[in-house]
Amino acid sequence: MSDHHHDHASEPGSPLAETDLRVRALESLLVEKGLVDPAALDAVIDTYETKVGPRNGARVVARAWVDPAFRARLLADATAAIAELGYMGRQGEDMVALENTPKVHNLVVCTLCSCYPWPVLGLPPVWYKSAPYRSRAVLDPRGVLREFGVELGDDVEVRVWDSTSEMRYLVLPERPAGTEGMSEEALAQLVTRDSMIGVAKVTPPARGGPR
Amino acid sequence: MTTPDLAALPRLPRDAEGPVFRAPWEAQAFAMAVTLAERGLFTWKEWATYLADEIAAARVRGEADDGSRYYHDWLAALEKIVADKGLVATDALLTRKDEWDRAARATPHGQPIVLPRRP
Repeated sequence: MSDHHHDHASEPGSPLAETDLRVRALESLLVEKGLVDPAALDAVIDTYETKVGPRNGARVVARAWVDPAFRARLLADATAAIAELGYMGRQGEDMVALENTPKVHNLVVCTLCSCYPWPVLGLPPVWYKSAPYRSRAVLDPRGVLREFGVELGDDVEVRVWDSTSEMRYLVLPERPAGTEGMSEEALAQLVTRDSMIGVAKVTPPARGGPR
Repeated sequence: MTTPDLAALPRLPRDAEGPVFRAPWEAQAFAMAVTLAERGLFTWKEWATYLADEIAAARVRGEADDGSRYYHDWLAALEKIVADKGLVATDALLTRKDEWDRAARATPHGQPIVLPRRP
């Protein structure tokens, strides 16, 4: 191989980064062979980057808070209940909903890679993919929760769930006090991504706001 | 194995619900794996195994495992699975990568980079 000096004087353009080149090489070959359609790639990126987000999951949680029958269906068969709202897994994985209560706190991790419930939460945050989270969520879940600002009493049982390529988990957080009069839509606005992974609680709206 | 020293482990990297891809190539690599699996060229279970193996191998090599290298591992796993499945051979990838490299260096700023026509 030649050396890697970038002689800008003799080159009209500029070199692409190594990863850019590898991705372009792979994509152009797959497209030429008819194995992927560029429009399908764009659709996937658009869906996961801008359309899904944690919004779908927040709608599932809000519905479960206001509709006891839906809540029961969600806890019995989350894949089917979530599909009622139009959200389907692309990889054929099964969903399980985990209910947080005053006595049980659920926390989701993927120790091997970063299996994650994409259809309801979009793409995983950087920390979810990190080694400290993947290992410490199992070894020291209370310590991890404390770093996220969640203090649990000794009487609260912490359950850690390890996702796989076939089984993904969604935490159903506790509905905060003081939200009795809120609409389903307003409730969905309170539900954060972190609360559905189990590293946060849902907090009630700031005081002084409209009831 | 001795008991892990929890205090020695790095703190968790946090985020502020920002963009999920930090560069366009990450999104392209992500979408290729999803699309190939949807077409049934490999199963998602197979893919998860390749990705987990790649993350484990990167860790053995001593690379940072803080999430920042995630899509690097993803891309390496994707190159391996397409080769193993006979979809795109490794030498074809390397040849094509060189072609893109030459094309980029020869393309003036502001113009789209295209590969030269094959004879």
